[in-house]
Amino acid sequence: MTDVLAVADHRRGDLRDVSYEIITAGRELADETGGDLHVAVISGTVDDFADKLNRDGVDAIHTVSHGEEFNHDVYTQTITQLYDELAPQYVLTPNSVNGLDYAPAVANQLDLPIVTDTVGLETDGDTLVATREMYGGKVETTNELEGDAVVTIRGAEWPAAEGTGDAAVEAFDADIDEDTIGSTVNGFEEVGGGDVDISEAELLVSIGRGIEEEENLDLIRDLADALGATLSSSRPIVDNGWLPKNRQVGQSGKVVTPDVYIAIGISGAVQHVAGMKGSDTIVAINTDPNAPIMDIADYAIHDDLFDVVPALVEEFE
Amino acid sequence: MKILVTVKEVATVEDEFEIDGTEIADQYLGADLNEWDDYAVEEAVQLQEAGIADEVVTVTIGPEDCEQTIRQALAKGADRAVRVWDDSFADVDLLDVNAKTEILSAVVEAEDPDLVLTGVQAGDDSFAATGVSVAENVGFQWGAVVNHLDHDLGDVVSVRRELEGGVEELSEIELPAVLTIQTGINEPRYASLRGIRQAQRKELDVQTLADLGVDESAIESELDLTDMYEPESESDVTVWEGSADDTAAELGELLRDKGVAQ
Repeated sequence: MTDVLAVADHRRGDLRDVSYEIITAGRELADETGGDLHVAVISGTVDDFADKLNRDGVDAIHTVSHGEEFNHDVYTQTITQLYDELAPQYVLTPNSVNGLDYAPAVANQLDLPIVTDTVGLETDGDTLVATREMYGGKVETTNELEGDAVVTIRGAEWPAAEGTGDAAVEAFDADIDEDTIGSTVNGFEEVGGGDVDISEAELLVSIGRGIEEEENLDLIRDLADALGATLSSSRPIVDNGWLPKNRQVGQSGKVVTPDVYIAIGISGAVQHVAGMKGSDTIVAINTDPNAPIMDIADYAIHDDLFDVVPALVEEFE
Repeated sequence: MKILVTVKEVATVEDEFEIDGTEIADQYLGADLNEWDDYAVEEAVQLQEAGIADEVVTVTIGPEDCEQTIRQALAKGADRAVRVWDDSFADVDLLDVNAKTEILSAVVEAEDPDLVLTGVQAGDDSFAATGVSVAENVGFQWGAVVNHLDHDLGDVVSVRRELEGGVEELSEIELPAVLTIQTGINEPRYASLRGIRQAQRKELDVQTLADLGVDESAIESELDLTDMYEPESESDVTVWEGSADDTAAELGELLRDKGVAQ
């Protein structure tokens, strides 16, 4: 048992980027175990997906045609059956919202350990060493486990696989027990819309937990007005109902690419960074010099936003 | 309808800290109710207030120290609490997903709820896997990363799952089910003084592995935490020093140079 089985992610007819990244992660592991890399793609236009997934390093692609969109019961049943058939050492899935909706069930059903949200993986063929973060990214840890495992990988941590492969593409005849399917997807809805499209802004003034109280948001509104900037925020501000959802930058919000992104009182959790790392110039105002946002900022002010922001407002008024 | 909510006391870490082996040194740690679980408790209490739930029970895996956190959930409106602890846990570095699944599954089987709510993840170890794992283990349906829930006393819940990129999935899930609750689904209340007083009188039942019929071997994690360190910064950030006026002037100059502000 040395093979690796990687599962692709797709939504509404498109493969998601992590599907190509997981090929790279899977290939690296398979090189170390001396096994083959199998890729599974389940539901949707699987033949079209298989063509796109057939990149360098993939040995076999298993297509499972069943419904258009993700259903966790279909995924769980298919992957456990593929595991029984292929006997891979590692089952890799994206640590996406959908990955987290089936990977733990697969692990439990197969009685395998699961390690989630990994950012680094190594194996000597027996022991898997997985790197992951704890405490919201303040520390990194290494975790070891023996034998077979289910592993979820964080997106954008491995480069996307490229090139054209010569994988064998085979339809896998999964035996789906329809009676056990207890959830139905009725549709999708885009959130946001509304008055402003933050993804179009050239200058974003973005606020996070550091603002402390809703009343203090006026200070940031004053700044946005003075600069002619658009106001956006990290997740907690939207969770608190202080700004509408269409202002949220991040993995579950909008992806933004302004010329300048001013991150005020934002620590820079990975989910936030996913939405703003493509900004041309990033300025961070934060009292904590070790905040993760400093790793991607171009300029930083390690000072209290309640001192710096009024000074900046004054300068532009 | 009976709702079981998993509640975890998580460690919070100061901005500056030191690592001792595979742990953060105690003096830099605080303790708080896991943020995601706070939303799960609120959702359960709201279903109770709407007349949909008859009883809200919380379950926590943790030592006696975390009873203050459990009382927070009781003060917000949960009816009673179960705390699972065993002296054998004290030696475990990391209770992995499978271990937590075994313990929580035993509580689910004993309590027989219609709905289990968990936070999407815990703020400390961030596995984000236990809820779905428990559901599969006990034969419940499930939904991960739920940010909206409608229930009309039928045997189905309508939920929204928060996908990436500002897209929500609208789904129906049959009960009994486990839902993992995302932040922002509601506004968690502060415990009132009256609630805090009442919480002192609510039942907090302590169970051992033996009480739950769980074999001690279940907590032998297959995952070993072998190292912990601060991530290496790859930063080449330019830090502006000086007074707030000085640093604001630097930023102002940058914005003018870039032509994005007048």
